[in-house]
Amino acid sequence: MMHDAIIIGAGVIGANIARELARYQLDIIVLEKNLDVCEGASKANSGIVHSGYDAKPGSLKAKYNIRGNKMMAALCAELAVSFRQNGSLVVAFDAEEAIRLETLLDQGVQNGVEGLRIIDGETARLQEPNLSQNVTAALWAPTGGIVDPFQLTLAAAEVADLNGVAFHFGTAVTAISCTNGVFNVETSKGHYAARIVVNAAGVHADDLNNRLSSHKYQITPRKGEYCLFDKQIGGLVTSTIFQLPSAMGKGVLVTPTAEGNLLIGPNSVFVDDKSDTSTTEAGIRFVIDKAKQSVDNLPMPYVITAFAGLRATEKHEDFVIGEAEDVPGFFNALGIESPGLTAAPAIAQDMAGWIAAKLDAVPKPHYDGRRNRQPSFESLSVEMKQAMFQKDKNYGRIICRCELVTLAEILDCIRRPLGARTVDGVKRRTRAGSGRCQGGFCSPRIIEILARELGKDLREIVKASEKSAYLIGLDKDLL
Amino acid sequence: MKKDIVIIGGGPAGLSAAVAAHEQGITDILILERENALGGILNQCIHNGFGLHVFKEELTGPEYAQRYIDKIAELKIAAKLGTMVIDITRDLRVIALNETDGVLDIQAKAVVLAMGCRERPRGALNIPGYRPAGVFSAGTAQKYVNIDGYLPGREIVILGSGDIGLIMARRMTLEGAHVKMVCEILPYSGGLKRNIVQCLDDYGIPLRLSHTVTKIHGRERVEGVTVARVDANLKPIATSEEYVTCDTLMLSVGLIPENELSRKAGVALNPTTQGPLVNSHLETSIPGVFACGNVLHVHDLVDYVSEEAALAGKFAADHVKNKDTFGSGIAVSCGTGVRYTVPTTIIPDFNERTTTIRFRVDNVYHNHFVSVFFGGDRMYHKQKRILTPGEMEQVLLPKQWFANQPDTKTIRVMLEEE
Repeated sequence: MMHDAIIIGAGVIGANIARELARYQLDIIVLEKNLDVCEGASKANSGIVHSGYDAKPGSLKAKYNIRGNKMMAALCAELAVSFRQNGSLVVAFDAEEAIRLETLLDQGVQNGVEGLRIIDGETARLQEPNLSQNVTAALWAPTGGIVDPFQLTLAAAEVADLNGVAFHFGTAVTAISCTNGVFNVETSKGHYAARIVVNAAGVHADDLNNRLSSHKYQITPRKGEYCLFDKQIGGLVTSTIFQLPSAMGKGVLVTPTAEGNLLIGPNSVFVDDKSDTSTTEAGIRFVIDKAKQSVDNLPMPYVITAFAGLRATEKHEDFVIGEAEDVPGFFNALGIESPGLTAAPAIAQDMAGWIAAKLDAVPKPHYDGRRNRQPSFESLSVEMKQAMFQKDKNYGRIICRCELVTLAEILDCIRRPLGARTVDGVKRRTRAGSGRCQGGFCSPRIIEILARELGKDLREIVKASEKSAYLIGLDKDLL
Repeated sequence: MKKDIVIIGGGPAGLSAAVAAHEQGITDILILERENALGGILNQCIHNGFGLHVFKEELTGPEYAQRYIDKIAELKIAAKLGTMVIDITRDLRVIALNETDGVLDIQAKAVVLAMGCRERPRGALNIPGYRPAGVFSAGTAQKYVNIDGYLPGREIVILGSGDIGLIMARRMTLEGAHVKMVCEILPYSGGLKRNIVQCLDDYGIPLRLSHTVTKIHGRERVEGVTVARVDANLKPIATSEEYVTCDTLMLSVGLIPENELSRKAGVALNPTTQGPLVNSHLETSIPGVFACGNVLHVHDLVDYVSEEAALAGKFAADHVKNKDTFGSGIAVSCGTGVRYTVPTTIIPDFNERTTTIRFRVDNVYHNHFVSVFFGGDRMYHKQKRILTPGEMEQVLLPKQWFANQPDTKTIRVMLEEE
């Protein structure tokens, strides 16, 4: 069967391109090698909507950052995704660094960032009382924000799905070729064909491009490690605190997350292995030491987890966006590292526009870009909680005690479009298991619910990938 | 809804508190339990060793719990199961949720906090490596094995020698898994001596003291861990690193009193125990709110939980009957070798025969003396062959001491070499 377009990768870029393409009367399919959306670079990052002072003027990073930033509030409202324009501070610790703030400000102005302002240390501390006493000046960027990267990806994918895009999970591309304008894609689940291929394959996008195009790219994954803190101290800072950027990225930040935790990280280390998301003792220590320079009173006993992600750093250090010159119909979104999350809505808009034009696509008359999502039960008043319970008794059953997630919410996240199939999938959709006990209490319950809903045995329920089952036998089965 | 006493948690502490309060003549009691059965964590503790102090016989966890559950039924004390308390206010309003009533709003005259404790998760340790399936806290693994009948793994490394870890080392062995080792970062075990003998030694499972796990391997499922010896500052020694193949890492690295609700209510907590600060009536900083069991401080034996909780139940009943004994308390402080005491203030109470101070020591001590000073006067001085952090200690202060020393302003518990 011939599809109009195949999108390879269901990260924030692939999902948003799918959402934009769903506006047209096209047959679109998304192939994702993992069992859920947002399993690669989109999963483990800072969740920052950058204002855009950091990107090199004239670069694609600058262009899409500024545009994406401006689109984010409206898009998140449409998709019911947590987004907060909390502003960013870049802090300087001495006179030399204060001068570099000026350079950054100039660059921001050149990029078209609005509202940038340099403030002294005292003013910065009035705004952020836990900011280190050693901060002498700061660049204030009011258009900086925070978003939940998983929700942004999932919501886009859900809207795409509801508007007719098919998602095939657990489907890894093994070979790709193009003959007479038709792309043949071989996967772990069989053969696919399409007139257009969108390369949104994250750290693997270079491999995919290099199989088809003579214009070679090279992505070297750059690892970033993070520590996540308990919600109890999510209010340590209100804005996102950056240190001055270097050649290795934007430096270690301290930020509240869109969901109310506190996050510190990332470091920046090139790695050889495109699947190396392990944390290291040295990396975590570096992140903690750096974060302690920015803020006082970082309460280390409140760390609830550490994780690492990979940035898809292309050697020319800019995004590669658009149709490959020598492979008509092959569209790259490649080298999408920071500010890729911010840029995603704008990148998706352009990519979909070009593809629709190429296919002479006609808009769907009944496209609906809104996503229906209940507010979390925890956030409701007592009266509203009772009202929800009257509608559905499953709101009376708390499954996750730390984040106060109810059975009704767990069932909804499994039953809704692109529903959760894994324990991590439930966790990211509902936050069940992402609190301070890290699933100690709720994971057995969630495994049970998933098994019941999916008609499986408990041993078939996995954490994230096919070989990640929790339970591997029965009591005394080998005795 | 109005209730004289609301007890939060239907585990051993909550059940014992309920029975004791009822014995004081207060019958309008409601136990709120989040599981669908009373008994708390005892329901998954199918091993024996419970009840030696309270019942003078050896029971399994479910048997021990059943003694109290029967009593609750006999006394017709009300309990709501499957009910999660989501808020307590300073003025003793308890907000809870279940599938039958929806949101429950209960005004109590007294509240007994008996929520128990939870396990420290991996995140608190920051063990580097991947985040695969196969890393379990020991209690979670215990639920899978003992309640659900499933094995979480076959080749096991256990980190931490807390009692649940030791118990699970034996349980996994009995269920057909191979427990390769128990690693303990400290030079001594945090568990009971009897558990080390009965759960490790009897099965030939090595206990590696001064060892920790420095890395978790395996992208999808645990494939192995790196184990290393630690130096005197508990830092891993790189040259001692050893790769151990396993499919499961079980963590028994400490228990944390579960005080989310206490915190919401504004109850003052002790940073050492992470449980409420209480006086000798087990009353917290909020009048009418009492605490007992593992939510107050982590106990070694359930028997002591029951004893302590009975006292909390009695004083909660006194509170309802307006029979509180007020008066400025005597502060109890920790001297050399003592990590914490419960209570931290004593209200001299001449209705009670004795006042119990429970405490834990901060290291292993041989042939040291436990001493209690009333001001400058040493009232108690008793040699113990061994004192370890894994075992809770207690001293009983007879009421005559308070009568004889009415001007005592502080009481100090400490260890002395002679």
